[in-house]
Amino acid sequence: MLEADNLECVRGERRLFAGLGFRLEAGELLYLQGKNGAGKTSLLRMLIGLLPPEAGEIRWKGQTIKSDEFRADLCYLGHLNAIKEELTPLENLLAAARLADEDLSEDDAIDALEQVGLAGREDLACKYLSQGQKRRVALARLVKEKRPLWILDEPFVALDVAAVEWLAGIISCHLQRGGLAVMTTHQLVDIPAGTVRELRLS
Amino acid sequence: MFKIIAAVIRRDLKLAMRRQADIVSAVFFFIIVVSLFPLGIGPEPDLLRKLAPGVLWVAALLATMLSLPRLFADDHRDGTLEQLALAPHPLGLVVTGKVIAHWLVSGLPLALIAPVLGLQFDLSAEALVVLTGAILLGTPALSGIGAIGAALTLGLRGGGVLLSLLVLPLYIPVLIFGAGAVDATVSGLGGEGHLSLLAALTFASLGFAPWASAAALKIALE
Amino acid sequence: MKDRFNLYRFASPATFYPLAGAMIPYFVAVSAVFGLAGLYLGMLVAPTDFQQGEGYRIIFIHVPASWMSMFIYLVMAGWAAIGLAFNTRLSGMMAQALAPTGALMAFLSLWTGALWGKPMWGAWWVWDARLTSELILLFLYIGYMALTAAIDDQRRADKAGGLLLLVGVVNVPIIYFSVKWWNTLHQGSSVNLTKSSMAETMLWGMLLMAMCFWMYSIAVALMRVRTIMLERERHTDWVKAELAGDQQ
Repeated sequence: MLEADNLECVRGERRLFAGLGFRLEAGELLYLQGKNGAGKTSLLRMLIGLLPPEAGEIRWKGQTIKSDEFRADLCYLGHLNAIKEELTPLENLLAAARLADEDLSEDDAIDALEQVGLAGREDLACKYLSQGQKRRVALARLVKEKRPLWILDEPFVALDVAAVEWLAGIISCHLQRGGLAVMTTHQLVDIPAGTVRELRLS
Repeated sequence: MFKIIAAVIRRDLKLAMRRQADIVSAVFFFIIVVSLFPLGIGPEPDLLRKLAPGVLWVAALLATMLSLPRLFADDHRDGTLEQLALAPHPLGLVVTGKVIAHWLVSGLPLALIAPVLGLQFDLSAEALVVLTGAILLGTPALSGIGAIGAALTLGLRGGGVLLSLLVLPLYIPVLIFGAGAVDATVSGLGGEGHLSLLAALTFASLGFAPWASAAALKIALE
Repeated sequence: MKDRFNLYRFASPATFYPLAGAMIPYFVAVSAVFGLAGLYLGMLVAPTDFQQGEGYRIIFIHVPASWMSMFIYLVMAGWAAIGLAFNTRLSGMMAQALAPTGALMAFLSLWTGALWGKPMWGAWWVWDARLTSELILLFLYIGYMALTAAIDDQRRADKAGGLLLLVGVVNVPIIYFSVKWWNTLHQGSSVNLTKSSMAETMLWGMLLMAMCFWMYSIAVALMRVRTIMLERERHTDWVKAELAGDQQ
């Protein structure tokens, strides 16, 4: 469903990779690996459509990714938390859902925040939360996320063991439901269920 | 289409309400700058009355310039701008929402305060009405054109000054017609011509600027 | 299809670099010829002006410089459009190469306008529509150069600068119109440097000088674009060979 063909990446004046391609079907997980600076984040940005590749093509369900339809199927989680500090966790989740044209009821949002361990803090402005808590607000998006394609940039970073296990469970459920996921990570985490592919950039 | 614009406006207004200091300081900047001119030129009423439209408009331009970096920079810094770019809607619509929200918290307060400041310059009631109308009509264009500059300079060093350098020449037509409308009213010629041209500029920039800004944002987000 | 393939070949810096180098001397020579002819007509042949005496002759620099400043901006915008549409590297380089020359033309136009104005009108500067528009054009050039200088990533600089040029080119008629309106309303002095009925020799003189400036601009832009190419493509083999060859 997600196809990459002959991708080439030039950053600054260096060519990071060329001739890169892969195919990802429903229920499959793609692990992107490579040293820092090898182009993992650039490849992710190409997959989400923000960075046009120097050469090559990316297709989602056989169609171009430069469309509203692709973005309606895409959920991206980057290094930055993408939350507004002035808003509460609850407001952040609801606003994000509204902007993405998703239906998220307040109850569902509160439930998601409970699952990431922020019960009782839904109405506290995010600027009063710790870094770890802010990260959990960002991850809470994934709990009720119905979109099929997840692209995650180092989602496990700075999480404790229990949280890593929890997130692995969430991703695994998503894959079982027929979703796809592309992930960069420095730590190989065992995700139960789903075919796992690896792509190493050098 | 309007749903996403409304969602963006709602979000931005909510954020602005939690950061009221920003809005208030921009308004006070406007007031201070306007007050500097008589201090620099002298208190002679005839001279001040003549200079008032130009002074008020230039101060409004500068106050708008001050608030422009905030348009995209905050969202860029915490990653929400990326998410907006990944929304299943054309980025131009999202930018339209942000421009409207920006006007509501920067241009609109200036238009409301301007008549009070106009009194300091002894403008007639008729002139004050035209002044307020002109600023109301022209400041959306300032927000729109400013958005292009803000998007082009996103994340760059020397951002604010560079932004001014890019945007102020493009503001000149708005300045000319906006101040000209008041001048024409004062001299009895009637400001309708200026106001209609100003309206044309605003509509044109609101139609064109969000798409140019969206293109600039995509370049900056690469 | 074959034609398009050929065009793209010239768009490659490696191909364009030697081509540009070969063209430069010709443009310099042609520019010199036009310049001599134009100056001859302008300084010696054209009749002394009835009202303005000999000092008016500065229009042979002023008017061509104004024309060129406007023309170069349009060419830069054209390169910007091509670069954004076809994603070619050379377009951005050409636009950046032309910018300093365009700014120079605008500055020259303003400066000669002032030199002309002082003996004629007694003031170094008058706010007439043309001079004011020229000043704003200079601001647009400086804005472009400042923006491209502030962005480290050259590809982003090209694209952002290109977008700025396209926005600028749309605004230039609007700005000119509004300044003209402003000027007539305030009944400012009108610096009429080109009279409605001009002696034919004067017109020819200005046209020849315009051609001179045009050829000069092309020559300088080609020189500059070669430098830009060397800088940007310094990691490639052809540049390394080029620089090694120079050192032998």
